[in-house]
Amino acid sequence: MARQIGDVIVDLQNISLRFGGVKALTDISFNVKEHEIRSIIGPNGAGKSSMLNVINGVYHPQEGQIFFKGALRKKMEPHEAAEQGIARTFQNIALFKGMTVLDNIMTGRNLKMKCNFLQHALYWGAAQKEEIAHRIKVEEVIEFLEIQDIRKTPVGRLPYGLQKRVELARALAAEPHILLLDEPMAGMNVEEKQDMCRFILDVNDHYGTTIVLIEHDMGVVMDISDRVVVLDYGKKIGDGEPDEVKNNPDVIKAYLGTTH
Amino acid sequence: MLYREAGQFKATYAEDSQIFPIRQDKIGFWVLMLVFGVAVPLLTNEYWLKAILIPVLIFSLAAIGLNILTGYAGQLSLGSAAFMAVGAFAAYNFILRIEGMPFLVALVLAGLTAAAVGILFGLPSLRIKGFYLAVATLAAQFFIVWALVKFPWFSNNSSSGVVTAQDVTILGYTFATPEAKYVLTFLIVSFMALLAKNMVRSSTGRAWMAVRDMDVAAQVIGFRLMRTKLLAFAVSSFYCGVAGALYAYTYIGTVEPEGFNLDLSFKILFMIIIGGVGSIMGSFLGAAFIVLLPIFLDNVVPVIFGDSLGAGFVSNFQLIVFGGLIIFFLIVEPHGLARLWQIAKEKLRLWPFPH
Repeated sequence: MARQIGDVIVDLQNISLRFGGVKALTDISFNVKEHEIRSIIGPNGAGKSSMLNVINGVYHPQEGQIFFKGALRKKMEPHEAAEQGIARTFQNIALFKGMTVLDNIMTGRNLKMKCNFLQHALYWGAAQKEEIAHRIKVEEVIEFLEIQDIRKTPVGRLPYGLQKRVELARALAAEPHILLLDEPMAGMNVEEKQDMCRFILDVNDHYGTTIVLIEHDMGVVMDISDRVVVLDYGKKIGDGEPDEVKNNPDVIKAYLGTTH
Repeated sequence: MLYREAGQFKATYAEDSQIFPIRQDKIGFWVLMLVFGVAVPLLTNEYWLKAILIPVLIFSLAAIGLNILTGYAGQLSLGSAAFMAVGAFAAYNFILRIEGMPFLVALVLAGLTAAAVGILFGLPSLRIKGFYLAVATLAAQFFIVWALVKFPWFSNNSSSGVVTAQDVTILGYTFATPEAKYVLTFLIVSFMALLAKNMVRSSTGRAWMAVRDMDVAAQVIGFRLMRTKLLAFAVSSFYCGVAGALYAYTYIGTVEPEGFNLDLSFKILFMIIIGGVGSIMGSFLGAAFIVLLPIFLDNVVPVIFGDSLGAGFVSNFQLIVFGGLIIFFLIVEPHGLARLWQIAKEKLRLWPFPH
C-alpha cells in the first residue's frame, strides 16, 4: 500500500461526557494516527456518535483532554474544527435539502472562499473568479465520486444511497485532514456498500485523508480498518487491530452475550 | 417547440453559472425589461403607473427583502413593515436635516439605518427559532411603530405624525411626474433585484440556505451561525428599508407610522408565500398578484353579483379570497407561483411529449 501510517494526529485522553445525569461517555482514551482508517464500533447507544461529536466540537466533554496535531485543544466550536481540517458526515443524512447537488458540495468549500457578500452581490471580477476556481475543485470531487449526472438535481429528489455519496462529496470538497464518517453504509444494499467501501479506500489512498469510521457492518469494518476501538455503554472495552478485537472476550460478550 | 435548449452547449463554468443559462429565457428577460422599462412609461396612463406599477415594484423589493430572510435564511419575520417604516423615516430625516443630501445617498443611508435596526432585532434569532422568533420580530413591529409615534423628533414635530416626502431630485433633475418616478423606481428595484440574485447564487446565499436547511450541518462544515443569520437580517432589513423609503418618496408621498402596521407585514409575508418562498422572481410575482387581486375583484365581483351586495361585501370577499388562496398555496404548492412557472417550463421543454 502506498500510504504510510504516520504519527498520532488526534489524541483523546480520559474523555467523559454527561448529559445531565446520563453518562454518554466515561473515561475514554484512544488515538488516531495520520493516514489510518480508524473504526469505532459498538452496540446501539454505546456512544459512538457522541464520540465523533466530541472530536469535531459539537459536544464539549466535561472531563478529559483532546490533543489535535500535538496541541491541547481548548473548548472548540464546530466551525473551528472545520477550519482545522476536520470534516464529517452524519448518521441521518444532513444535506441541505433545498439545494442542488452542486450547491451542496460547493458549501463544503466555504472556508476557502474569501470574498464578502458585497463582492458576491456585484458578482464581478474577484467573486466570479473565485466561484469558478472552486467550481473546478468541486468538479474534481464530483468526478472522483462518479456523480456527474446528478450535479444539477436537488438533493431531496435523490435516492438514499446517492444522498450518502453526496454528503461524502460535500465533506471531501473541504479537502479535510480528518474525515469523520458516521455510518456511511447504513441502510445500503450490497452494491452500494461495495461502492462506498471503494470510495472510502480511494479517499484514504489518493488524498491520504485520515478516516474515523463508525459502522455496524462487521465484515466491512474488519476488512478496511487499520485499527478498531470498541465502545459499550459509554466505556471502551476493546482497542486494537481487527483480529485482536475480534478475539477479545469483552467484545464478544458485548455483542453476543455470555452464558450464565 | 420553441422552448428548447438543444444546441446550446456550455463550454466554461462561467457560461454554466449564468442567471439565465437558456437563450430563450435570456431573450424573454430582456424583452420584459424593455417592455417595463421603456414601453410601459410611454404608453400607460397615470392610474396604472401610480396605483399599480409603482406599488408592485416597491412591494417586490420589500418581498425580496423578506424572502432573503425567510425564504433563503429560514428566519421567520413579521416585522417587514416596521423595517420599511425605519427606511421611510430615516430617508425623510436625512434629507431634512442634512443640507444638500443627495437622494440616492439618503436612500442608501436609510437602508443602512434599517439594516442596523434589523441586526438589533435579529439578535434573538441566535437563541430562538421558528414561531418564537416570529413573535420576537412581532415585538420589532410594534416597538418601532410605537417609537416613531412617541418621539415627535422622527416626524419633525408634525402634530399628526404624518410627514410629507420632499421632492426627489437627482443631479438637479426633479422626479415629479409619475412616469419619471416609475422609471426611477424601476431602475432601483431592478438593480437591487440583480444584487439579491447574485448574493443568493454565490457563497453568501449558500450559507443562508445551509442555515435554513440544517443548521448543525452548516456549522460543522464551517459556517458561523451568528454571522450568517445577522447578515441575513441586515441585508433583508436593508432591502425593506429602501423599499420603505421608495414607498414614501415615489409612491404615496405622505407617510405616517401607523401606515406601516402589522397588516402590511402580513401582506408582504403573503406575497412571498404566494409568489414563492426562496425565489427572487417569486417576490415579483407575489407582489404583482397581491396588488392586482383586489383591483381585479373590485372590478369583477360587482359585475357577477350585481350592485346589490354593497361595498362592505366586496372588501370582505377580498379577505375570504386571500385566506383561501394562502391555504391553497400552503397545501398544494408551498413554493408558490415561481414553482408553478418552473414546472410549466419543464413541461414546455418536453412538449408535445409527456416524458
